[in-house]
Amino acid sequence: MTAAALLTVEHLTMRFGGLVAIDDLSFAAADREITAIIGPNGAGKTTVFNCLTGFYKPTVGQLTLIRPGSEPALLERMEGFRIARAGVGRTFQNIRLFPAMSVLENLIVAQHNELMRASAFSIAGLLGLERYRAAEARALDRARFWLDRLGLTGVADRDAGGLPYGDQRRLEIARAMCNGPVLLCLDEPAAGLNRAESVALNELLREIRDTQNVGILLIEHDMNVVMGISDRIVVLDYGRKIAEGPPEAVRNDPTVIQAYLGEEEDADLRPEVAGELGRERRP
Amino acid sequence: MVDNAASGADLSRVWKVLREAGLTALIAGFLAVPLIGLRTIGGRDGMAVESRWDMLMIAVAVVFTGRLVLIALRRVLPRLGAGVGKIGSFGTLFARHRSGLAGLALALALALPLMPFSDRYLVDIATLVLIYVMLGWGLNIVVGLAGLLDLGYVAFYAVGAYSFALLGTVYEWSFWACLPVAGACAAAFGILLGYPVLRLRGDYLAIVTLGFGEIIRVVLTNWVEFSGGPNGIASIPRPTLLGLEFSRRAPEEQSFHHFFDIDYSGDHRITFLYYVILLLALLTNLFVLRIRKLPLGRAWEALREDEIACRALGINPVNTKLSAFALGAMFGGFAGSFFASRSGFISPESFTFIESALILSIVVLGGMGSQIGVVLAAAAIILVPEFLREFSEYRMLAFGAAMVLIMIWRPRGLLAHRAPTVSLGQSGARP
Ligand SMILES: Nc1ncnc2c1ncn2[C@@H]1O[C@H](COP(=O)(O)OP(=O)(O)OP(=O)(O)O)[C@@H](O)[C@H]1O
Ligand SMILES: [Mg+2]
Repeated sequence: MTAAALLTVEHLTMRFGGLVAIDDLSFAAADREITAIIGPNGAGKTTVFNCLTGFYKPTVGQLTLIRPGSEPALLERMEGFRIARAGVGRTFQNIRLFPAMSVLENLIVAQHNELMRASAFSIAGLLGLERYRAAEARALDRARFWLDRLGLTGVADRDAGGLPYGDQRRLEIARAMCNGPVLLCLDEPAAGLNRAESVALNELLREIRDTQNVGILLIEHDMNVVMGISDRIVVLDYGRKIAEGPPEAVRNDPTVIQAYLGEEEDADLRPEVAGELGRERRP
Repeated sequence: MVDNAASGADLSRVWKVLREAGLTALIAGFLAVPLIGLRTIGGRDGMAVESRWDMLMIAVAVVFTGRLVLIALRRVLPRLGAGVGKIGSFGTLFARHRSGLAGLALALALALPLMPFSDRYLVDIATLVLIYVMLGWGLNIVVGLAGLLDLGYVAFYAVGAYSFALLGTVYEWSFWACLPVAGACAAAFGILLGYPVLRLRGDYLAIVTLGFGEIIRVVLTNWVEFSGGPNGIASIPRPTLLGLEFSRRAPEEQSFHHFFDIDYSGDHRITFLYYVILLLALLTNLFVLRIRKLPLGRAWEALREDEIACRALGINPVNTKLSAFALGAMFGGFAGSFFASRSGFISPESFTFIESALILSIVVLGGMGSQIGVVLAAAAIILVPEFLREFSEYRMLAFGAAMVLIMIWRPRGLLAHRAPTVSLGQSGARP
C-alpha cells in the first residue's frame, strides 16, 4: 500500500533547553491511511503533534502538507491557526472542548471560518441576509451528520462539559472533523474508554478513513486499537524513531519490545507490558 | 475516662481555634504597624513620627474577635448559603420566562416618563441607570463573552465623551453627527489597547487595562491645551430632535416648544434625553443579542472557554480578541458621548478607576453574559445609594460585602444562565 504522501516530516528535532524531546525524526503519512505513532511515556509523541500544529516551533526540520490541487504547505513556518485552516485538525490528550457551550455549538464553532466568510465579517449576519442563513443551515447539517454518526443527537443541546468522558472524547473527534481537515491528528483517543467504547472507536476511525477523504495520524497506547486499525506504525523512544512499518512487522520487532520492556524494571510487570504490545494473551 | 477523652478533644479544638485567630491577629498586627501604629505629623520643626500603640492594640483585638466570630459563623454559613442557592433555581426560572420578562421591562421603560408618579428627578435617575446598563452591556462583550478581564473600560467612556465634547464645542458638530465618530474613536483606542495585551490573560490583563485607563485620565488632566485639563470642557451641545433644540432661548424655528406650539418646560429635555439613552441602550442590547448568535460571537465565547482549542480550529485569536475590544469600546464611546451631551460639562474627574470598577461589578453581579442580569445589577448599584443617601458613607462597604457574598455563593453572578445560541430543530428547520 503506497498511497500518495499527505504529510512528510523530515529531520524534525525539538529541544527544550537541554532536553531533546524529538531527535531527527523523519516519516511520512499517507492520504486515506491511518499512521500510528506509538512509544513509551515521554517518548515525544505529543511533541510531534505540537510541532505539526504550530504550538511549538521546531528547532530543526521540515513539515510539509501535500494537498492535491494546491501548493504544499510548509507547516513549520506557519502560525497554528493557519495550519488548522490549511487542513490539519487535531484532538488533545487532555480533552479541550468548550465546556460551557452546548455540544452543537462546539460543532458549529469548528466551522467558524466558513461561517465567518459567509457572514461577511458579521455584517451579512447582522442583517440576516439569505447567503448567511444558507451557510448556517449547511453548517447545521454537517453538525447533525456527525451527531447522528456518533449517537450524540440526544445530548446536542447539553453543555459539552457535562457529558460523560467517553462522549467528550468522541465529541472532540467530531469537532475536528467538522473543521474539514485533510489530516486528522488524534492524541490518545482511546484513553479512558472502556472495552466496548474502544471497539466502537476502532469502527469510527476506520469509517472516517474510508469515507471522509482524510489521512489519520494516531497516537495511542491501547494496542488493540493500534494493531487493529493502523496501516503503518512509527515507534518512538526518547525522541528517536526506533522502528517503522506495518503492524505485523512492528509487533515482532525486537527493538520495539526492548523499548517497552526497558521501561519497566519490575519483572512481575513484564508479561503485562508485552501483552500491551499485543504479543501475548489479548485476543 | 470517657469524660476525659471528650474534654481532651474539646481542648484541642479550642486550641486550634485560638491558634487560628491568634495567627490572623498576628498578621493583622504586622500590617497595622505602618498603617495604624505609626503616623507622620507635620509639626513646626518638620515631620515627626507619632506612635499610636493603643489604636494598634484595638485593631488587633478587633481582628482577633472577628476571626473567632467568623469561625463560629462557618458552621452557619453553608446552611445560609443553601438558602441563597435557591436564587439559582430562581435564576433558571428567570431564564425560562426571559422573553416575557424582557418585554415587560421594555414596556415599563418606554412608559416610565409618562407614568403619573414619574417626575423630573425619577426620569433623570432612570437616565443615569440606563447609562450604566449600556456600559454594562458594552463591557459584557469583553468580559462576559470574550472572557477578557478589563479594568480600564472607563477609558473608552472618556474617549467617547471627549471626542464629542471637542468636536461639539470646537467644530460645532451636532450630537448625532458625532456619535459614530466618537464610537469609531473609542473603537480605535480599543484596538490600540488590545494590541499590546493580546498575550496576557487574567490578572495580568486586568493590571495592564487598569493602567491604560489611568493613562488616559492622566493625559486628559495634564494636556491642558487639548482637553482643558482639570477644568474640563463646558457648554457641550445638547442632543437635538431632528434639529430641534430643547432650550428656552433657541431661535423660534429651531426650538422644540415652538415647533409643537407648547409651553417651554425643562422636563421636555429630561424626557428626551431619557428616550435617547433608552434607544442607544436598546441598540446595544440588540447588537449583543444578535452577535452572540453569529460566528464572531461564538468565537468570542469559544476563546473564553479555551484559546488553544480555538487555534486548533483555525480561529485567529488576535483578530477575534481585537474585535471584542473594539466593539466593547465602541459602545463605551457611544455612552460617553451621551454622558457628555447630557451633563453639558465633563472633566477627568468623571472617569476615575472607580467608574471602571462600578461597571465591572455590574457585569459580575448581574451574571457574566446575562443581559437582564446587567439591568438588575445596574439598577441596584445606582439606585440603592441614591435612595439611601444617609448611608452613602457606607456605600463602598456594602458594595464590597455584596461582591464577596456573590463570589462565595454565586460565583458566576446572580442570573448566570447561559442559553445555547443554536439548538437542533428550531433553527435547523429554516431553509
Ligand atoms: N513545553 C515543554 N517544555 C519542556 N519540556 C517538554 C515540553 N513539552 C514536552 N516536554 C518534554 O518532552 C518529552 C516528551 O513529551 P511528550 O509529551 O511529547 O511525550 P509523549 O510521548 O506524548 O508521552 P505520553 O505518552 O505520556 O503522552 C518529555 O520528557 C516532556 O517532559
Ligand atoms: Mg502525549
